[in-house]
Amino acid sequence: MSSSAIPRLPAGRSLRLGGSRIVDEVRGYFRQGDSVFFTFLFPLVMLTIFSTAFSNQSFGSDATGGDVSAASYYLPGMLAAGLLLSGLQNLAVDIATERSDGTLKRLAGTPLPVTSYFIGKIGQVLVTGTAQATILLLTAWLLFGVDLPTTAEKWLTFGWVFLLGVTTSAVLGIALSQLPSSGKSATAVVIPITLVLQFISGVYLPFSQLPEWLQNVANFFPLKWMAQGMRSVFLPENFEAAEPGGLWNLAGVVLALAAWLVVGLVACRIFFRWIRKDS
Amino acid sequence: MTNSDAAISVRDLRKIYGTFTALDGVSFDIAHGETFALLGPNGAGKSTTIEILEGYRDRTSGEARVLGVDPGRGGLDWKARLGIVLQSTGESGNVTVREQLTHFAGFYPQPRDVDEVIEAVGLVEKQKTLIRKLSGGQRRRVDVALGIIGNPALLFLDEPTTGFDPESRRQFWQLIRSLKSEGTTILLTTHYLDEAANLGDRAGIIAGGRLIDIGTIDEIGGADARVPLVRWVDGGVQREERTGSPSTLVARLVGENGGRELVGLEVVRPSLEDVYLGLVAAYERSGEAGFDTRARTSSGGASGPLLSTMLAHPATRPADTAAEGVAR
Repeated sequence: MSSSAIPRLPAGRSLRLGGSRIVDEVRGYFRQGDSVFFTFLFPLVMLTIFSTAFSNQSFGSDATGGDVSAASYYLPGMLAAGLLLSGLQNLAVDIATERSDGTLKRLAGTPLPVTSYFIGKIGQVLVTGTAQATILLLTAWLLFGVDLPTTAEKWLTFGWVFLLGVTTSAVLGIALSQLPSSGKSATAVVIPITLVLQFISGVYLPFSQLPEWLQNVANFFPLKWMAQGMRSVFLPENFEAAEPGGLWNLAGVVLALAAWLVVGLVACRIFFRWIRKDS
Repeated sequence: MTNSDAAISVRDLRKIYGTFTALDGVSFDIAHGETFALLGPNGAGKSTTIEILEGYRDRTSGEARVLGVDPGRGGLDWKARLGIVLQSTGESGNVTVREQLTHFAGFYPQPRDVDEVIEAVGLVEKQKTLIRKLSGGQRRRVDVALGIIGNPALLFLDEPTTGFDPESRRQFWQLIRSLKSEGTTILLTTHYLDEAANLGDRAGIIAGGRLIDIGTIDEIGGADARVPLVRWVDGGVQREERTGSPSTLVARLVGENGGRELVGLEVVRPSLEDVYLGLVAAYERSGEAGFDTRARTSSGGASGPLLSTMLAHPATRPADTAAEGVAR
């Protein structure tokens, strides 16, 4: 009876407002100095440091006997780290901060659909992640002379590893944002997780040189699979022998990332709240 | 039963946190187009009440209807009719005033014009400034702007003018009056009693989770609480007397004084602030005496005889605050 007085909102708002949220989110991201450095530029800084520091070192040779430079060797790891930072680290810290500084509370009092909010966050990750990967690739190619793949097949692999990786990472970031009890503790809770993952997943240290038990631990987490997928694109074919089981195992990459994507979605569905009621 | 004709209708609202009872059976109605001021000391239950009505908190028991909808189940259609100005915000503010308002206007089906709202809150010169670079009072005006951008039928204002300078406060009052004239229903909490007196049609006073009085601004506290106070100095001694006919008293005093001017003469009509302080003090005294306060909350209408008795000696304040309080 009473709801008749309240006009219904037009359908299809979620997508339109999601688009509007993406613009707002991306703008806010680039105006936040620390997020630009610690999630956007960090892999680029690390690639530059490694490429410069180890510029005289060879990281193996390809099938024709050519040396693999530090920049070529580290590029796939840095691309994978970028996926983790732009998605998981960025969103986990960002949303935890928004929860504690009142942003979510304000949005919860408006007719903004939760779906639009998520579209905005995932869209922000896609936009910034794509920009980050582009800058990494261009820097490696133009500045450090890395030969990028020339076959459509390789770029197709890159495309799906990137999309699946960044989406999974973003969804896990949203789920993980429930963990920090306040915005202030968010970086302290989240950064150690991503940092440890980067060390055990073959981003900074060659995965094949890690002890087996540590490899097994890393196998459980998504970053190892993102890095492995990226290596299959950017490292020479003969490097496949150094992988676990001597295979790139792209089917494993799909399975592991898809499984984490499902885990992340379920966790978001169960745990995500606009605000913590009665806190 | 809640009143289906009211914009807000609350019956026997209770909120219990563990062993602490934040709201202990509050009932009131707010009519469409009315401005209602909810007053009370810190921790009395004002924000708990307003946040239940905004849909932010669940109630433990009791009934509530906001624009005919249970606020615990209000959907997006319902939220589109509300404007909410929360008590405090600390957002990163990496957007400009104009960007933020334009973005939020998009959430609503029939938003107000962004330029008009910026003008109305007096931020024309700051519209291209990042929100984080604004002063506290300016940020508060952005909060108010975001509260009204959706052209709400019902506006919640939780301590809206904290941090305003007196001039900004007057501008804000002007804005609220124009919203009132457009028919917006407003629920206001404030610690500034002159604000409540200037803007409110009615007020409710909440203390210890109970509504201790409710009524029009002119009538709240009952007639006894509003009896004027005459003060004068007699032979160096401050004297005062409460009377319903102060002119007669003054005439008599002047007569007794041989027609000469009385020293330090004041006729003070208790302001809303005086009445409020009297009510809260009386409530606290009754708590100490183990008085059963339940009797007073049950009526929810005009104050009963018990209250009037308790108000026999309300706290009084100097004339300067009183003058403003009853200006309306």
